[in-house]
Amino acid sequence: MGLVTALSVWMVPVLIGVILVYGTLKKVPAYESFVEGGKEGFSLAVSIMPFLVGMLTAVGVFRASGAMDALIDFIRPLLTYIGMPAEVVPLALLRPISGTGALGLMSDLLSEYGPDSFIGHLASVMQGSMDTTFYVVTVYFGAVGIHKIGDALKVGLLADLVGVISSVVIVTLIFS
Amino acid sequence: MINIIWVVLFVLGMVYAAFNGTIDAVNRAIFKSASEAVAICIGLVSVLIFWLGLMKIAEKSGLLNKLSSLFKPIMQRIFPEVPPTHPAMGYILSNTIANLFGLGNAATPMGIKAMEQLKKLNGGSDKPSRSMITLLALNTSGMTLIPTTVIGIRMQYKSASPTDIVGPTLIATLCTTLAAILIDRFFYYQRKKRGRK
Repeated sequence: MGLVTALSVWMVPVLIGVILVYGTLKKVPAYESFVEGGKEGFSLAVSIMPFLVGMLTAVGVFRASGAMDALIDFIRPLLTYIGMPAEVVPLALLRPISGTGALGLMSDLLSEYGPDSFIGHLASVMQGSMDTTFYVVTVYFGAVGIHKIGDALKVGLLADLVGVISSVVIVTLIFS
Repeated sequence: MINIIWVVLFVLGMVYAAFNGTIDAVNRAIFKSASEAVAICIGLVSVLIFWLGLMKIAEKSGLLNKLSSLFKPIMQRIFPEVPPTHPAMGYILSNTIANLFGLGNAATPMGIKAMEQLKKLNGGSDKPSRSMITLLALNTSGMTLIPTTVIGIRMQYKSASPTDIVGPTLIATLCTTLAAILIDRFFYYQRKKRGRK
């Protein structure tokens, strides 16, 4: 467990160090390149805005009305004995369908239960370790005119299921 | 699909509120959530500018290309039907590296280019080839070294340690990617057994 914690703490600084040193050795103007690349960051953040406003208001209405709690209480008995909190089930279901939608749900979970709670950690790991399967299949096959998707969707969704299970197992092992 | 989910969330919430007397809370939630979403995005600006800036250095210095040559032997085993020197392999590698560094915007065009090349390899058929399904499996398993957006949002909610999920996410991502490759292989051998490609 100590190794994973060390990995979490050192990953970002080490990667930054490697990029800066390697760039300088290869005679890349590091600071100027940084500024050039960074310009895209603002527009990227702004481009997420409408997606997040849409999804957070929908989830906010659903939660404030009490419907979210009713749904969670309904699925809780099925999940308690495998150690998975029912609160993250909506996130697990939405993650393969919409990336920004899932980002909205994850934000909602972090604000409701706290980023350092078990649910907060689990939601963060799930968001980071799965991808938008439906979107990827539609865009990649759609762009080159493949209409029969074959086993692609099955493979993607089964991998997502493995992602949910491994997130629960790993977060349980490390954070509780 | 996402359209229906979105509308259903609103409608179910409003109907539930009507029967449970929580309509005041719903009204407050609409405007609170909207402004919260904007605040999160503004908060993400710092992380995204920093990360994309660094990535520009990695790209210009050839570090990303260097990494793709390291990945080539692994990729050749994952994609046995793609000749190592075929342009498809190059695009597959760029797509994988971009995904790994959280550059979703760069990964998608590379992935589509790889698909075009794979389609050519497959004689232009409108059915997906084995390699095409494998490429999709890799892309749907969400492999990332550093989940920058998640870290940014954790910062917004005042996490004591926003990056403490990096290690666990990496392990979970490895499990998912490995599972995707194995499941893909399993289905491939199933198809082969049934005698169609």
